Amino acid sequence: MEFFTISLLNGVSYGLLLFMLSAGLTLIFSMMGVLNFAHASFYMLGAYFAYQVSEWTNFWVAFVIAPVLVALLGGAFERTVLRKTHKFGHVAELLVTFGLSFVILELVQLVWGRTPVEYKVPAALDGSLFKLFNSTFPTYRAFMMVVAIGMLASLFLVLKKTRIGLVIQAALTHPDTTEALGHNVPRVFAFVFAGGCGLAALAGVIGGNAFITEPGMAQAVGAIIFVVVVVGGMGSLGGALIASLLIGVMQTFAVGLDWSFIGGLQSLGVDVTPETFGYPVWKLKLSQVAPILPYLLLVVMLVVRPKGIMGTRDE
Amino acid sequence: MKVSLKASAIAVAVSLMAVSAASAQTVKVAFIEGMSGPFGGVGQNQLNHFQYAAEQFSGKNANSGVTVQIVPMDSKGSPQEALALFKKATDDGIRFISQGNGSSVAGVLIDAVNKHNERNPGKEVVFLNYAAIDPDFTNSKCSPWHFRFDAGVDMKLEALTNYMKDNKAIKNVYVLGQNYSFGQQVSKFTASMLATKRPDVKIVGNELHPLGQVKDFAPYIAKMMAAGADTVVTGNWGPDLALLIKAAKDAGFKGNFYTFYAGVIGAPSAIGEAGTDRVFQVSYWHPNVEKNALESTYTGFKYKFKEEFYTVALVNATKFLVAAVEKSKSTDGLPVARALAGMKGKGGSGEDIELRAADGAMQQALYISQWTRAGGPGVKYAMEGTGHGFKTVRYLEPKLAAMPTTCQMTRP
Amino acid sequence: MSNAAMKPLHFKPLNGVRIVVWSAFAVILLLLPVLARSNFAVTLLCLTGIAAIACMSYNMLLGQAGMLSFGHAVYTGLGAFVAIHAMNKIGGGWPIPMWMIPLVAGFAGLGFGALLGFVTTRKAGTPFSMITLGVGELVFAAALMFPEFFGGEAGINSNRTAGSGWMHGLGLNFGGQIQVYYLIAIYLFLCTAAMYAFTQTPLGRIANAVRDNAERAEFVGYDTRWVRYLIVMASSFFAGIAGGLTAINFEAATADLVHGTRSGGYLLFTFLGGVGFFFGPIIGAVLLIFSLVVLSELTKAWQLYVGIVFLIMVVFAPGGISSLLMLNLRRIKYGEWRKMRWPYAGMVFFGLIALWGFAAIVEMAYQAQVAAGSGSVVTVARIPMDASVLASWLIAAAVLLFGGICFEIWRRKFNKVWGEGEERIAEAIKKAEAAIV
Repeated sequence: MEFFTISLLNGVSYGLLLFMLSAGLTLIFSMMGVLNFAHASFYMLGAYFAYQVSEWTNFWVAFVIAPVLVALLGGAFERTVLRKTHKFGHVAELLVTFGLSFVILELVQLVWGRTPVEYKVPAALDGSLFKLFNSTFPTYRAFMMVVAIGMLASLFLVLKKTRIGLVIQAALTHPDTTEALGHNVPRVFAFVFAGGCGLAALAGVIGGNAFITEPGMAQAVGAIIFVVVVVGGMGSLGGALIASLLIGVMQTFAVGLDWSFIGGLQSLGVDVTPETFGYPVWKLKLSQVAPILPYLLLVVMLVVRPKGIMGTRDE
Repeated sequence: MKVSLKASAIAVAVSLMAVSAASAQTVKVAFIEGMSGPFGGVGQNQLNHFQYAAEQFSGKNANSGVTVQIVPMDSKGSPQEALALFKKATDDGIRFISQGNGSSVAGVLIDAVNKHNERNPGKEVVFLNYAAIDPDFTNSKCSPWHFRFDAGVDMKLEALTNYMKDNKAIKNVYVLGQNYSFGQQVSKFTASMLATKRPDVKIVGNELHPLGQVKDFAPYIAKMMAAGADTVVTGNWGPDLALLIKAAKDAGFKGNFYTFYAGVIGAPSAIGEAGTDRVFQVSYWHPNVEKNALESTYTGFKYKFKEEFYTVALVNATKFLVAAVEKSKSTDGLPVARALAGMKGKGGSGEDIELRAADGAMQQALYISQWTRAGGPGVKYAMEGTGHGFKTVRYLEPKLAAMPTTCQMTRP
Repeated sequence: MSNAAMKPLHFKPLNGVRIVVWSAFAVILLLLPVLARSNFAVTLLCLTGIAAIACMSYNMLLGQAGMLSFGHAVYTGLGAFVAIHAMNKIGGGWPIPMWMIPLVAGFAGLGFGALLGFVTTRKAGTPFSMITLGVGELVFAAALMFPEFFGGEAGINSNRTAGSGWMHGLGLNFGGQIQVYYLIAIYLFLCTAAMYAFTQTPLGRIANAVRDNAERAEFVGYDTRWVRYLIVMASSFFAGIAGGLTAINFEAATADLVHGTRSGGYLLFTFLGGVGFFFGPIIGAVLLIFSLVVLSELTKAWQLYVGIVFLIMVVFAPGGISSLLMLNLRRIKYGEWRKMRWPYAGMVFFGLIALWGFAAIVEMAYQAQVAAGSGSVVTVARIPMDASVLASWLIAAAVLLFGGICFEIWRRKFNKVWGEGEERIAEAIKKAEAAIV
């Protein structure tokens, strides 16, 4: 019971962080059709900016300023570079963000060095919120969950209930009509791109100190958020939420389970020895493969339901 | 008379030139290491170590004047790149190579050196390995051309389990490692050594996770707590280590961590406060050893590079190489390899060390040290400005850390 | 209607131009090692040859079928692993000669392409890219998880001189690098020819159609998924051959062969070389080896330079270097190139000045950040710059600014001249067409 509760909490909080990361990516993709390969790099920039700003001032200032700065950078990139490649098609757009991820990585290493920086959790949020059986639940994890849920709620409100949201939605489906109505569609796109980058940066601000702020952090999450987006269904925010939570919880529980094929086969009366064909596969424990489960899930999902959980198009 | 004067003058000049030629002997070492890319920081830091060691312990600072000249080659951490660079080094006439970060690179390099030496007699290359500690390199895959200046995984775990043997507080041990050769060896040796030394200790978990793939270690900590572990033995390094310690602190896990790489560049900052008094390290040296033979090197390096100095193996490699060149009066691979085999010297804490001829493994003292707040007795130096440093909790003299070898080779 | 268009078309795969081009290619491959002055140059040639096969096989996906894969190293890498096992089997007495190893690896690549491609090709476009990335991660993780096949972190070693047969009797045992070079050269030539022929097959043409407009291709009656699947398999076959050659060249296979970094490298440099022309990836392969081996020795910031060059190319020359070459060839053909000599010279001159300023800033920043212990002076194109002095930063910035502004002025002139030339060429073409009618 203890293990179950703790694992569930851990899984959900990790899943929510994944959602924060993939929300921006999904948003940009669904609105502009651009897969931002550098999305995880903006996440990293968020963490580094937050580290730098909190060194100068404090965490709370960084919490506000870092995402804004990254959003501005993202918007500038959209206006100066990405927009130029729009006419060459989606492959060029993907490539340009791919190149950007290289450049950001190098620049981060140039400015902050190649070893981890000491980006600390603020004192007010350090420590444990409550004790559950023997383990403690850190306050900061709870804070992360609150921020993620808050972000989800405000995202929903902005998109569904405000005028800006309506314009954004209109610009997506009917860009020409929206333009004819006097709205600046390119500016809407820049706004969306900046917003998506800002969301990634926000995830970086709260993920950077919960985990570790170092140059490898972008690559570490880069592939997994792509999995979230594909499994959730390309361009679906709701799907991304479900997929993030699914992956978070699944990974967390898998770590705790020492199941392997050998155990399963033996309970079925099949004897497996090191001489059996494929022994290296049968002996693997579920806990050992936990971190790559998302990729397995991706493969299974593509075979069973190529359009993803909430996807609408079957490309 | 005049003629003979002239002749003797020439003779003097010639002999002077001979002396100066001998004293100006330079031995080039190709340093094949990843110095760009994600793990470039470590490689650059090791290069700094090597260059500093060459500056301090060769050339004008060596009695004979033998100079070690380091030729950095950036392998980007890739074994394939390293092989290409190895070819470049041999084409440039370099006879000594050095590498350490990553047993994958070391493994292919040992093999490449063996093949090269077999196919190019007279142009033998010697491999000075300063940190790749796969025990196979000095056992089943041993080579007369390979010398390892670090202590092997087996030696380090022998030392660690000897320490754990006497610590009666240890009851439930959890082994966690990255799923690749090093992590697998840690898991294997810990289990087998503890089983003979402390049969009463229970291994409550033996877990491997993919290298660098885990972002959140909280589930692993939850599992450790569920298993009732009081001690964790882990071969993790880099972010995998830092994240593990952080997660342990967050979840309120009270156990101790026995590690190999808590002192490597970047790890001290990342562990920081979270690891106070509960992170232990097994190593052949640390800045706060008693009888510190390298204190001035440590402070000098730290002043110059604003980085921690910890890779004593590179200092020893430099010293031994200089001594071997002096002894063999040659900078060729074969005579120097002959001189290196069985060579003796002094280690980082003044102990007697020996590059064992049977397998090319350095026999040296090992330390178990604890991550503690600096300033107290035994913790003179803090690392990376964290206010924490390592304190010796156990010193094991070379013979206590020695391991038998199964190496079967004939030295040429 | 012109008479020319009325003539019936004949399938003539070997026309004069082609014979000349391919013979020249063969002669160049034959003579390159003679021109190489050191052993290391031969090593470089070997690497370039292998990379050329890999990049061309990648271009079958990207250039021919418009499939942007982030996991191409999976096929080269797995091919190399199968090859290394087969080489060890030869050492253990298998009766196949060593030169057939790349073929074995090719078929292994084909097999893995059939297996993994079944999953990845379920989607096209952007989702395909993301899936290949995920599958690449999966394979890399598996490479470390199954040391029984992949040899764990240390990989698997082998010996290319193993085996016996008539070739060994002639001294052809691949012990020396030069023999390996000629093996690679032969495979490179054959693979290039085969891949070129493939572009001319109906399947190769349909792949173009699927790339340009999948919907229409579907409407015409082709199953686009099936086309993608076949292309992935064909591409994996050649990727496997490249992997097999890697195994022979290095006599070792390690997990980093399947890593995403390598896939990213193929993508980056194939694109830089140019995806629009068949020979583009060969230029890309040369650049790949140049950057990895030569540029990375010159500067620690090589990845930054590569990244920025890539960004600039995507934005301003999405056709890569080969398209730039072809555009200029067209100018020469129409006698327009002469007018652009000065604009070109101006752009190159001021571009180099701006580049120097930029490189000085980057190099000083690296020196200050990465290698601070070894002094603060760094030499940029023979000019020493001291990173600890503010003045050198100001100088570099001023040079960058000056060069940049002058470059922009010349670029505008160039654009004008280029545009005028373009108009004249269009007119000339129109006239020529009118003359035929």
